[in-house]
Amino acid sequence: MIHFVLLISRQGKVRLTKWYSPYSQKERTKVIRELSGVILTRGPKLCNFVEWRGYKVVYKRYASLYFCMCIDQEDNELEILEIIHHYVEILDRYFGSVCELDLIFNFHKAYYILDELLIAGELQEPSKKTVARLIAAQDSLVETAKEEASSISNIIAQATK
Amino acid sequence: MNPFSSGTRLRDMIRAIRACKTAAEERAVVRKECAAIRAAINENDQDYRHRNLAKLMFIHMLGYPTHFGQMECLKLIASAGFPEKRIGYLGLMLLLDERQEVLMLVTNSLKQDLNHTNQYIVGLALCALGNICSAEMARDLAPEVERLLQFRDPNIRKKAALCSIRIIKKVPDLAENFINPTASLLKEKHHGVLITGVQLCTDLCKVSPEALEFFRNKCTDGLVKTLRDMVNSPYAPEYDIAGITDPFLHIRLLRLLRVLGQGDADASDSMNDILAQVATKTESNKNAGNAILYECVETIMSIEDNGGLRVLAINILGRFLSNRDNNIRYVALNMLMKAITVDTQAVQRHRATILECVKDSDASIRKRALELVYLLVNESNVKPLTKELVDYLEVSDQEFKGDLTAKICSIVSKFSPEKIWYIDQMLKVLSEAGNFVKDEVWHALVVVISNASDLHGYTVRALYRAFQTSAEQECLVRVAVWCIGEYGDLLVNNVGMLDIEDPITVTESDAVDVIEIAIKSHTSDLTTKAMAFVALLKLSSRFPSCSERIKDIIVHYKGSLVLELQQRAIEFNSIIMKHQNIRSALVERMPVLDEATFIGKRAGSIPATVSTPTAGSINMPNGIAKPSAAPLVDLLDLSSDDAPAPSSSGGDFLQDLLGVDLLSSSKTSGVNAVSQNGTDALLDLLSIGSPPVQSSPSAHDILSASQDNKTSVSPLDGLSSPSYPNQSTSAGVTPVMDLLGGFAADPPKPEDNGSAYPSLVAFESSSLKIVFNFSKPPGNPQTTLVQAEFTNLSSDNYTDFVFQAAVPKFLQLHLDPASSNTLPASGNGVVTQSLKVTNSQHGKKSLVMRIRIAYKINNKDVLEEGQVNNFPRGL
Repeated sequence: MIHFVLLISRQGKVRLTKWYSPYSQKERTKVIRELSGVILTRGPKLCNFVEWRGYKVVYKRYASLYFCMCIDQEDNELEILEIIHHYVEILDRYFGSVCELDLIFNFHKAYYILDELLIAGELQEPSKKTVARLIAAQDSLVETAKEEASSISNIIAQATK
Repeated sequence: MNPFSSGTRLRDMIRAIRACKTAAEERAVVRKECAAIRAAINENDQDYRHRNLAKLMFIHMLGYPTHFGQMECLKLIASAGFPEKRIGYLGLMLLLDERQEVLMLVTNSLKQDLNHTNQYIVGLALCALGNICSAEMARDLAPEVERLLQFRDPNIRKKAALCSIRIIKKVPDLAENFINPTASLLKEKHHGVLITGVQLCTDLCKVSPEALEFFRNKCTDGLVKTLRDMVNSPYAPEYDIAGITDPFLHIRLLRLLRVLGQGDADASDSMNDILAQVATKTESNKNAGNAILYECVETIMSIEDNGGLRVLAINILGRFLSNRDNNIRYVALNMLMKAITVDTQAVQRHRATILECVKDSDASIRKRALELVYLLVNESNVKPLTKELVDYLEVSDQEFKGDLTAKICSIVSKFSPEKIWYIDQMLKVLSEAGNFVKDEVWHALVVVISNASDLHGYTVRALYRAFQTSAEQECLVRVAVWCIGEYGDLLVNNVGMLDIEDPITVTESDAVDVIEIAIKSHTSDLTTKAMAFVALLKLSSRFPSCSERIKDIIVHYKGSLVLELQQRAIEFNSIIMKHQNIRSALVERMPVLDEATFIGKRAGSIPATVSTPTAGSINMPNGIAKPSAAPLVDLLDLSSDDAPAPSSSGGDFLQDLLGVDLLSSSKTSGVNAVSQNGTDALLDLLSIGSPPVQSSPSAHDILSASQDNKTSVSPLDGLSSPSYPNQSTSAGVTPVMDLLGGFAADPPKPEDNGSAYPSLVAFESSSLKIVFNFSKPPGNPQTTLVQAEFTNLSSDNYTDFVFQAAVPKFLQLHLDPASSNTLPASGNGVVTQSLKVTNSQHGKKSLVMRIRIAYKINNKDVLEEGQVNNFPRGL
């Protein structure tokens, strides 16, 4: 299973963290510091796997962002690379050629998408289209609720005028 | 509206934080925002609750504390609308983890949401539950999740399946409830449901043997068919990756088949065809295809044997290994490690390539390859492989040297065909990476050197040469210093020259130079320096021409601020100054170290520590020396002549042998000297060759010694002066005095009672007492018959009672069976056992024995150990 997902910028800034195994706040900070030290310093041609505390961390760099996933020793590293790529493609479709800024200002959306992709550290949906459809449906639910709320407040405002 | 609750939107806050130039600025912005959010929380502000939580999540990601927002998540989750719930659940998953008490409060909301009519809300609840639920929550909500496995919408079913994985991992007892619903998931067509169903099935099989049995019998064929359909399916754009339909599902199916096939010939048989098809048909030019091949190889390696398939798998790995992509090479190495148990020969064929990988620029690959090489070494290839690795050691990265050195040392000691090769390789490693070598490794090397008596000259000369080039490698220095101390004369005289050696001219003063460099070097640590002192003492006797110089070096350290060095300097100085007559005997060469004992010590160190709790109550009326006996005493042990106690070398023997014990030595030996009073070994040692009764001359000695020391060492002086009057009576010998001069009177007098020897309490603890009775067979003075009597002092019967004894090499021990292996409680009966001990050095050395007693109280194992070194003289 995937124990955690990290998105780290080249400068070492954390852009997204998702923990599927229990780590206390202190451990989380330590893990992030340790791993960014290891991963950000690795050369471009080296393999995408780092052995770390009995686990493996699979990472891949997309532009200025490193996508990292920590897995068990016996898991399939090559598949994790595909999952990372899968996630990036979905983000790309959702934001329309995604960049780091999209993920900073819409970090919650990045989380929503990840939650449609992984649960309990396991892959949930192999189809990019399905994920996009589910996210769109939920986004529209939020939009409708917003409109309703504003129309209600308009009505109230007019009534109390 | 609250004036403090800042109206800033999330976007504005993020912008403000990003605009910060320094960390302090950022902290200020965050503090202001947090204050505003806290104020809003206190106001119970509802309009901006979701915005505040979103801000908190961002702040949390930056690493600031956000615990005060946890309750806000719960409030949002409890509200009615989807937008609030969505952000609330996200916050819950981000800000909390399963170990927080607050999480329990959400159980009820989760339960309601799992039963909600809006399927997206159900989805949110399932996602949260799957990501952070605790064991209690898993128990409470398992029925809801189980029901949702049959929900009409497939997107809920797949979420429920993954949620179930978390539940059965947290509470494996619940596994059986999920077996049947899972079986129906495996028949689904929807990829999301199928993929999660297969995953759930795999995890069920891991936690529950019944589930494994069930799925193996019922589902193997179905799964094989699903995989076959997948492999042969036409192009499906929705799931296509690099020309393969849904590689994720491929991989999960292969993994489940592996679990089902492992250990079951029938199941393995039914999947052979499809595995062969996957292995041959899958395209290997893209990562997705390789991921499937990799999984397929692992499955082939794990299921029951099928020769043809394994050849196929090894060939795929061979192809991977020669791939230019580092990722592929990495997984190939990883998989070859598993393959090695299946087919060593096939892996051996790739040895050259693997060895190349050890030198790769990528640390991950190097590490894998090194592990693999380590597994590949055997008697026939150890020499070339070690040569490669040692050569590489010279050019490898600093951070890799530690791993590499450990592996080389392990290989060399495990497979070394002859001693000279072992010594050569170890010297190479020490000169290249001596700072990375662990203590056990060079300890073992010293033992081997000591045992290779024909190589002493060769070794010491090789070490001398190595020292000239690699004096900065700590462990090399230690071994060199030890060997020069022991075999310095062989170094100078070129004794035992081998044909392969170049002649070398070393003067006595050159040899002393080495030791002096070691003492004075700033990089040498305390242990090294302490060892160098011992070497100097030894050389002072071996090289009379350098005696004065050595004395000067030692005297220089009498004022050292490091207690250990100061103490050694003072002790050794007094030996050099005052005891010319015994010095040469004192510093004789170490006896050959017993390899078997050393290996036994290493292996036995674990049970020894286990036994400490039970051994805690052991009292030692008769000098059952616990292993921490005076190291300094041992260090000076000549193992010749009539020193009774130390020849048993009770302590950690390598420490003793090297005299490396630090700091605590003076205390330990001091206490020992007092408690054993009459048998103080050091006293004994130093009184060799002096008249047996020496109370008055020794008193003078002490006087002069302490006066001598007065000038440089005032603290010791303070100790020694008041104790002076005691010396003549020899009753309460001050330990420090013993160490300094060590001339107190009253060495143990041999108790020559003819052939009648007194009985001896060999061991006594709160629970067990052992008494030895001695007798000698007529006409054979070397042999002693020992009748051991065991008495149970506790109120429980002992069963499976086993007494074991070990003796040094000069003794031979024969144990007869005990009269019984049950020892009745409260001393109601005695078990006896006969031992026959033959002393090959009768008259020179006394008996000494280590004993170990194992038994069971109420079926609980107990282990006690001790050492007997107070045998009557003359046995």
